[in-house]
Amino acid sequence: MLNTIHIDAQPVSFTPGQSIMQAARAAGIYIPHLCYHPGFSPYGSCRLCLVKIDGRLQSACTTLAAAGQQIENNSESINANRRMITQMLFVEGNHLCPGCEKSGACQLQAVAYFLGILEPGFTHLYPTRAVDASHPAVMLDFNRCILCELCVRASHQEGKHLFAIGGRGGQAHLIINSASGTLGDTAISATDHAVQVCPVGALMPKHQGYHHPIGQRFYDQHPINQVGDANTITTGEIA
Amino acid sequence: MKTKLKVATTSLAGCFGCHMSLLDLDERLLQLIELVEFDRSPLTDKKHLGQCDLGIIEGGLCNTENIEVLRDFREHCTILVAMGACAITGGIPAMRNNFTLEECLAESYLNGIGVEHAQIPQDPELPPLLKQVHPLQEAVKIDYFLPGCPPSADAIWQFLQALVQNQPVRLPYTALHYD
Repeated sequence: MLNTIHIDAQPVSFTPGQSIMQAARAAGIYIPHLCYHPGFSPYGSCRLCLVKIDGRLQSACTTLAAAGQQIENNSESINANRRMITQMLFVEGNHLCPGCEKSGACQLQAVAYFLGILEPGFTHLYPTRAVDASHPAVMLDFNRCILCELCVRASHQEGKHLFAIGGRGGQAHLIINSASGTLGDTAISATDHAVQVCPVGALMPKHQGYHHPIGQRFYDQHPINQVGDANTITTGEIA
Repeated sequence: MKTKLKVATTSLAGCFGCHMSLLDLDERLLQLIELVEFDRSPLTDKKHLGQCDLGIIEGGLCNTENIEVLRDFREHCTILVAMGACAITGGIPAMRNNFTLEECLAESYLNGIGVEHAQIPQDPELPPLLKQVHPLQEAVKIDYFLPGCPPSADAIWQFLQALVQNQPVRLPYTALHYD
């Protein structure tokens, strides 16, 4: 059929120009992701949305849907890849869920729950990273950054251009566009989309947190494939 | 009658929160005691570990005694379970991994607020601290992981039931959490 792809044997129609991720979302099919957000052009860095398209692994957010594609998404072997990728994201940073105010509304944690991850799987790197608390209204904890680049894209869209990813490979890190290189010197505000869009607890508004008791947080009762991405919900509803 | 499973538990670099959660089983403890017999555990106060079917360990590794106890558990337990965030990831104690041991000791015992007669403890009875806090699976093989800070009594109950009945462990969505 014209303009139809098959995801796990289910026919899904698409409009030309849509990515596989967009077509899947329109059809209510969940493809795990962290760096994808419907409001921004795809970046393809987190690799969680890797699906098998006609036998080849490709990211669903950066690949256009094309008629006749047979796509494997929610299978044991694809989810095994995703488990490893997610475990690597956990061990390469310092993700201490018990002490993080984003816990319960964190998309990294929610994807790990969806995938049924019980253990780290790899040796923890315990990198030494700083916390930038220099701004009065926004804090940036580099320990939790997963380099999804959503704040970079959001800040560009807002015309502030506050962030970029610097360095390569294991040295890649978030850098701040200010004279001192710290957040305190920037024009960021807690209501900026760049802050709200962070899928983890790296960029957080100060002077709030733990608004929702355990049991009532965004991902406490239902998994991410049912309730969606916390960072696409209106400001102030979650955290 | 089927013989009871022998179970040992201990807390290493943890806060005993997981053991409190175990006590939260409340009246189910009476059902549990029909199925298992506790060997070394804070619940029995036995000091020496016998041969066990199941060892449940809370907390990560922060000193040399922790490693000794963990190895003893591995040697004596057929199945070893890492219970809680600290056992699995290092947890809150692993926040010190961002600092040197010298910095941590100085902050606690020399420069901390309200410290009097500042000195770093050096009693030979105190086990030496490790440079960094590590999760259990970085030192010995772990058979099962039960995450949570702490895992809820319901999660512990479902986990133990599955294990006792030799069934695969499958936690429902609301029982799987890292905090």
